[in-house]
Amino acid sequence: MNIHEYQAKQLFKLYGIPVPEGSPAETAGHAEQVARELGGNAWVVKAQVHAGGRGKAGGVQIAKSLDEITEFSRKLLGTRLVTQQTGAEGLPVETLYVEKAGQIDREFYLSALVDRGSERVIFIASADGGMDIEEVAEKTPDRIISFQVDPAAGLQPYQCRKVAFAFGLQPTQFKSLEKIMAGIYRLLLEKDAGQIEINPLVTTDSGELIAVDAKINFDDNAVAAHSDITAMRDPGQEDEKEHKAQQFGLNYITLDGSIGCMVNGAGLAMATMDLVKLKGGSPANFLDVGGGTNTEKVAEAFKLILADPNVKAVLVNIFGGIVKCDVIAEGILAAVKEVSVKVPVVVRLEGTNAEAGRRLLRESGLNLVAADDLAKAAEQVVALAEGV
Amino acid sequence: MSILVNKATKVICQGFTGKQGTFHSLQTLEYGTQLVGGVTPGRGGETHCDLPVFDTVEQAVQRTQAEATVIYVPPFYAADAILEAFDAGIKVIVCITEGIPVLHMLRVKAAMAGSDAVLIGPNCPGIITPGECKIGIMPGFIHQPGKIGIVSRSGTLTYEAVHQTTREGLGQSTCVGIGGDPIHGMNFIDVISRFQDDEQTQGIVMVGEIGGSEEEEAAEYIKAHVTKPVVGYIAGQTAPPGKRMGHAGAIVTGGKGTAASKIAAMKAAGVEMVSSPTEIGEVMKKVCG
Repeated sequence: MNIHEYQAKQLFKLYGIPVPEGSPAETAGHAEQVARELGGNAWVVKAQVHAGGRGKAGGVQIAKSLDEITEFSRKLLGTRLVTQQTGAEGLPVETLYVEKAGQIDREFYLSALVDRGSERVIFIASADGGMDIEEVAEKTPDRIISFQVDPAAGLQPYQCRKVAFAFGLQPTQFKSLEKIMAGIYRLLLEKDAGQIEINPLVTTDSGELIAVDAKINFDDNAVAAHSDITAMRDPGQEDEKEHKAQQFGLNYITLDGSIGCMVNGAGLAMATMDLVKLKGGSPANFLDVGGGTNTEKVAEAFKLILADPNVKAVLVNIFGGIVKCDVIAEGILAAVKEVSVKVPVVVRLEGTNAEAGRRLLRESGLNLVAADDLAKAAEQVVALAEGV
Repeated sequence: MSILVNKATKVICQGFTGKQGTFHSLQTLEYGTQLVGGVTPGRGGETHCDLPVFDTVEQAVQRTQAEATVIYVPPFYAADAILEAFDAGIKVIVCITEGIPVLHMLRVKAAMAGSDAVLIGPNCPGIITPGECKIGIMPGFIHQPGKIGIVSRSGTLTYEAVHQTTREGLGQSTCVGIGGDPIHGMNFIDVISRFQDDEQTQGIVMVGEIGGSEEEEAAEYIKAHVTKPVVGYIAGQTAPPGKRMGHAGAIVTGGKGTAASKIAAMKAAGVEMVSSPTEIGEVMKKVCG
């Protein structure tokens, strides 16, 4: 789960990580009021979307007057910001974050994340802040330092000093950096963050260390334990169908093809998409109905797929283990009766009660193709999608 | 021989009296597994599925000499259940639970480091030695005792591989679902090295998916140490980057963990890669018939 920059900065404050003074605003008038209250003569207006690359996309503007605050706010609010990370549709700008602009001396990169390879929390730091860190890692790997934190010992001061030396900080700044890194580590552990990224972390003219940007994502498996974090969820930033699917306990991801896929199990769902592609088609979605599925879930899954106007044919691929094929068949029949199905549907059932499921489909009198071979099912659905 | 579990393996179930625990325990008993009891704290002394219920794993081990456990405990309590089993000296811990927070697993793995106990999963179908011992949620009837060892990160894709190797008359020695979580127990190398040493296993099916680098590491291992034929498949070639594909661990981030990289590494290691998941059985029959 992702949160906005302004929410991440609220968490940073709680964990003793310095951030510029600022406040969120949802109208141009409110933005101007925020700037007025912050004082000073320059502010940063930042579009709040769940994606990086905002600066290059025009989502971050420096305002030198209150008039400019109003102008930029009107220009950004209510639009969709397209960055290199959002896809062509972009994300809606419903909130701005207005911050006091400060004098930046140097920019660094600092992040902590749960690393699956080492099975440890690792820190990544670079003296080249404000840049795409993946690009830095590729072009100048020697400019990046990274280390693991032992879960029993925790983050040690020497590890923070290593970063301080790599940044070329003054000894008077070491304690500030140590405090920031300790805050990041504690925040990650206490709130089950998967990754916390500050890019850039800056030093100001007066030598202070401040997090100018803040990005946090949380472990989806753990957020249920943190009501303060789930309260920060912004469904407006999520794909509407993916969000709806979640509420039914379905895993759904929108893709741009024409063949709807409904599968049980994540691995088989990916394999089914790949197979559709291999046979010359293009998948419209990833959809895993899960292991312990029931008739209602299948019906919802079906409706979700059919709501996509790009879908020209549907492939249902079920390998019944815990889930029984006849239950799936009943769900399909219920859904097909409820929503008018105008596209061909190919169903492949295998495993527990497969024959009973196939019989239900055959005897339904509905326009369904029952296939018992996955390769053939994929070929059939591709042909049907092309209107052959 | 098979690996890890066989007809002599005594198994207990944690989360025994719950809905999942009950359903799958009955299936497991029907398959012929030596399920000898279960654990539900506070229900010790009761009888469930005609078997004794214990309050703690320690008591269950003392009374039944169980050496394996299967865990059907909800996600926020599953790490505790794994560590309780580990502490009680259980040697094969199978955790089916999906949705365990990754930091819980990080701590579990740190606690188990260096021990000879193995953890299978979490977020997996379990392990089965056909005809002898089924520990987990896989449908027993699709399996057949035989000579192919199967290891996979995905449940239903394992069933595909099982179904096809059964259809080709090859059968399976043991099938291990290592699970779809980013931090988990046994990895591909842990399982493949045991298949290499197992006399019954004549060929190995390895089913991977996007995310992480375990397939690439396994490829290096296979190149250096494995003499038996290996058939491989990787799911997720069409998955968009940055999106989590159902499994917590199935995600391509920053250009890392792509299907292309895994397929190239496995091909370079001499693994027979199939481009369609429907060809696993056929190809295995060809290389190992």
